[in-house]
Amino acid sequence: MRTLRDVQIGETSTVVKIHGSGALKRRIMDMGITKGTEISVRKVAPLGDPIEVTVRGYELSIRKDDADILEMA
Amino acid sequence: MAMKIALAGNPNCGKTTLFNDLTGSTQYVGNWPGVTVEKKEGRLIGHKDVIIQDLPGIYSLSPYTLEEVVSRNYLVNEKPDVILNIVDATNIERNLYLTTQLVEIGIPVVLTFNMMDLVKKKGDQIDTKKLGQELGCETIEISALHSENTRKAAEIAVQYAEKKKKDLPHVFTGSVEHALAHIEESIEDLVPKEQLRWYAVKLFERDQKATENLQLSEDLLKHIDSHIKDCEAEMDDDAESIITNQRYTYIQKLVSDSVKKAGVKDEMTTSDKIDRIVTNRFLALPIFALIMWGVYYVSVTTIGSQLTDWTNDVFFGTWITNAASAGLKAVGVSAPVISLLVDGVINGVGTVLGFVPQMIILFLCLSILEDSGYMARVAFIMDRIFRKFGLSGKSFIPMLIGTGCGVPAIMASRTIENEKDRRMTILLSTFMPCGAKMEIVAMMTMVCFPGSIFVAPGMYFLGLGIVVLSGIALKKTKYFSGDPAPFVMELPAYHVPTVKGVLIHVWERTKAFMIKAGTIIFSMCIVIWLLMHFGPSGFLAEDIDHSFLRYIGEGLAWIFKPLGFGTWQGAVASVSAEVAKEQATATLGILAHAASDSSADVATAINHLFGGSKLVGMSFLLFNIFDAPCMVAIATAFREQGSKKWGWITFGYQMLMGYCLSLCVFQIGSLVSGSFTVGTVVAIALMVIAAYFICRPNPYKKTAVGRFNEA
Repeated sequence: MRTLRDVQIGETSTVVKIHGSGALKRRIMDMGITKGTEISVRKVAPLGDPIEVTVRGYELSIRKDDADILEMA
Repeated sequence: MAMKIALAGNPNCGKTTLFNDLTGSTQYVGNWPGVTVEKKEGRLIGHKDVIIQDLPGIYSLSPYTLEEVVSRNYLVNEKPDVILNIVDATNIERNLYLTTQLVEIGIPVVLTFNMMDLVKKKGDQIDTKKLGQELGCETIEISALHSENTRKAAEIAVQYAEKKKKDLPHVFTGSVEHALAHIEESIEDLVPKEQLRWYAVKLFERDQKATENLQLSEDLLKHIDSHIKDCEAEMDDDAESIITNQRYTYIQKLVSDSVKKAGVKDEMTTSDKIDRIVTNRFLALPIFALIMWGVYYVSVTTIGSQLTDWTNDVFFGTWITNAASAGLKAVGVSAPVISLLVDGVINGVGTVLGFVPQMIILFLCLSILEDSGYMARVAFIMDRIFRKFGLSGKSFIPMLIGTGCGVPAIMASRTIENEKDRRMTILLSTFMPCGAKMEIVAMMTMVCFPGSIFVAPGMYFLGLGIVVLSGIALKKTKYFSGDPAPFVMELPAYHVPTVKGVLIHVWERTKAFMIKAGTIIFSMCIVIWLLMHFGPSGFLAEDIDHSFLRYIGEGLAWIFKPLGFGTWQGAVASVSAEVAKEQATATLGILAHAASDSSADVATAINHLFGGSKLVGMSFLLFNIFDAPCMVAIATAFREQGSKKWGWITFGYQMLMGYCLSLCVFQIGSLVSGSFTVGTVVAIALMVIAAYFICRPNPYKKTAVGRFNEA
């Protein structure tokens, strides 16, 4: 399964499915990441984690571990 | 009866700016009961009977974050008359997502489109009227920053509160709407009519926090659950996600109908350009270090501490003290009362107020970092390191400030949103040796290891070690574990902070500190003064040897026996260190009858008092550096933890840490010189226990992957 962690910097990809449940899933979806949303990965933090992405026109940072629940196209 | 307007909106939507603009100087800032979330309230300028309640910045009304729960409890239970929903027009989809939830509560909503000037500048067009119609809200376009239309927004809210609410938007479709209608039907008689949709959606989402007070019967719950299950099966998703999905689908359609973008230009915004440098892979850390050094330099080493020293030594220490003594003497007040007022009250309160200039400088720096948007980048840059110890990337700043003074360090933790991270930061940041503790270090170095240059740096490393290991161990306890807080954080666009916004921020925080610390310290100062200056024979003036404090010291001495300094002098010195850390060695000098105030004489006297034992000196040093901080800091921690229980947990943990560390060092040190006692066994046991708590696997551990596998 390809997750958001695997999306290269500069690449734009679409969310296929959001796994898991509870607080993390709800938080991610509350921030506007839903099925079919386009996410483009902007950069990785200087220490290698978290990553910065653009979603629905704004910048969001998310830990790689948390990004793993996002299955990407 | 006063009318209540609730301000609601996403973080960084300009809510605070609007609040400041509408309420001016009438603000009241406190905490929501029992939690560390800030609560702000004020009166609308020119309307004494209109109260504006600022809610925390939130993205949603989910049951998962404290801010969201606080907000929705307020909206559902306190029922304000109208909601002023501030929408950042430059980020409209995510902002309207909250709106779709707010309208369901049954309170009239005024949609306030902020930052419309930026939208127009970009060439985009937003049909706000149409959006308002669709969502069933009144609308107004404002610019909070330039005070455009802000007063009008409040007026519309006041008028609209009295009218009847418009119809609800048709957010949900198909089988979801079908299920919701069924749920509404079955709870119709149990909830207020205007809150029907809210409770129906919450029941559908299986949100127990929102629905537990409905006390539905088992049968009804089963009936409702069957509807939810049917819907989940059909949509192949969990109920909560179905709702979120449909909300965003609805908004997407709405936005595509009413927003015209000027054309998709892949142009970089100013914010992007700044971020290209500031969070650049190679430049981010050096820039971060430079900014932190700047903040530290200004607020701790130079201006801030100079002002604090001046306030303490000159303003309170000389001017006020002399003037008060002379004045009181002139009107014929007796010596004990003068001493109480001057040495006890004025000196004590002066110590607290002495922190104020430093606070102001620090808060000024922090407010600028926060309001400009850099603070979010700090979390982004430092997260990787700090999350390993159960802290936030933003904990770096309190820890750094803590090496100067623990009091502003604790206050700086306010910039951390996550409650667990914040509590942990308050608990741990005072383990970094502060400036006052360095005076103990300097003196005890002279006593035990004259000329050594390794003791002081050693204390900093030890402090850091305690923070890191405590973090690792505490993260695995009941209080700090649970689901790891998801780190899904917006990086808001940079903007230039407004002078007014920064100043209000600084004032609020300084005031909060002064009131709480001031009242506690005031009473403590009087108590300590009385104990020091009175004994069984009455008023003593300067004779501590026969004061009540000495007898209390004797009563407490047994506690310090296992640490090696179980004399009344050791106990009294440690107690006085709680008043102000730098007092520890000064008191010790007085009690040891040092020949003069010079550090050489004091060192000799202390050395004599401790029987020439380096180990006892070391133990005394460690206890006073790593136990609870001075009482100003303790009072601040109690305030910032937001509840007595957490205040005591903080204090208890810090005391335990100082005591155990000192005990282990003294007992193991004694073992090296051949003394094996019960204490040795206790010390070894303590080290084993500590090692266990640090190394044990986390019994509460749940990772994102773990949660995924469960599902």
